[in-house]
Amino acid sequence: MSFEVQDTKHAPLKTDEDVVKMRKLVREEMTAMGFGLVDQTKIITAASELARNTLRYGGGGDGEILRISNGIKIGVELRFIDQGPGIEDLELALTDGYTSGGGLGLGLSGSKRLADEFEIDTAPGQGTTVTIRKWKML
Amino acid sequence: MERIPILRMGKLLLVTIQVDMHDRLAMTLQDDLTSRIVKDKAKGVLIDISALDIVDSFIGRMISNTASMARILDAKTVVVGMQPAVAITLVELGLALDGVITALNVERGIQMLEQHSDQ
Ligand SMILES: Nc1ncnc2c1ncn2[C@@H]1O[C@H](COP(=O)(O)OP(=O)(O)OP(=O)(O)O)[C@@H](O)[C@H]1O
Ligand SMILES: [Mg+2]
Repeated sequence: MSFEVQDTKHAPLKTDEDVVKMRKLVREEMTAMGFGLVDQTKIITAASELARNTLRYGGGGDGEILRISNGIKIGVELRFIDQGPGIEDLELALTDGYTSGGGLGLGLSGSKRLADEFEIDTAPGQGTTVTIRKWKML
Repeated sequence: MERIPILRMGKLLLVTIQVDMHDRLAMTLQDDLTSRIVKDKAKGVLIDISALDIVDSFIGRMISNTASMARILDAKTVVVGMQPAVAITLVELGLALDGVITALNVERGIQMLEQHSDQ
């Protein structure tokens, strides 16, 4: 699907506090765009999971919040970008309950369920970028 | 260091989470609660999350861990005031708050804990 980016906001993800700031930015953006409370809660929760992964496993990185439109609908796209070790076995990483770090192993698989669209671009030694999108119902 | 206050009411400990917690703050709260259960010989812990607009896997795990440790120390944990949007999201995330008892509001939560501590 092709769409156009109308606005981009940047959020560094280097500390625990940055994760809280990104949650707040996503909330502000989605409120301004007119998303409902449940959609906001789902996407902020996914953002929290993915931003924490960027910090814990990616060694820190950057978050981006984009307003997008496909001509009919508007939506929000979030990107979590790091230059860390990358994910070797993506299928395994996306399995409910798999963790390499003593977590619950729900961050990636849960975020995938919470968003409308979910993409990962990763390779060993090449860093990881996770992208999620939520479209606003008309 | 930033800390979330823990109040004592008889044999119960009460915590109201009013800030959007970062991970270190959540860990500190878990540790503080565990040591206060021992120090105050508490029989129940009530965690009010009505002001939290998200519960992710980290905060969820903190709550479950606190409940497990409390149980070992013979105290019961009740979580009150979970917002409906948070409950819906938790299910989709796949997070079952195992062993955590929830109540609609603080009054109901305290009732449940008092029954337990009278036994
Ligand atoms: N940005 C990343 N860079 C490298 N590896 C990652 C990254 N994100 C996730 N992973 C890997 O994927 C695994 C699964 O991630 P996921 O978020 O699902 O679970 P978790 O972080 O281990 O636990 P939870 O998020 O439930 O606390 C991680 O344990 C880690 O090995
Ligand atoms: Mg994770």
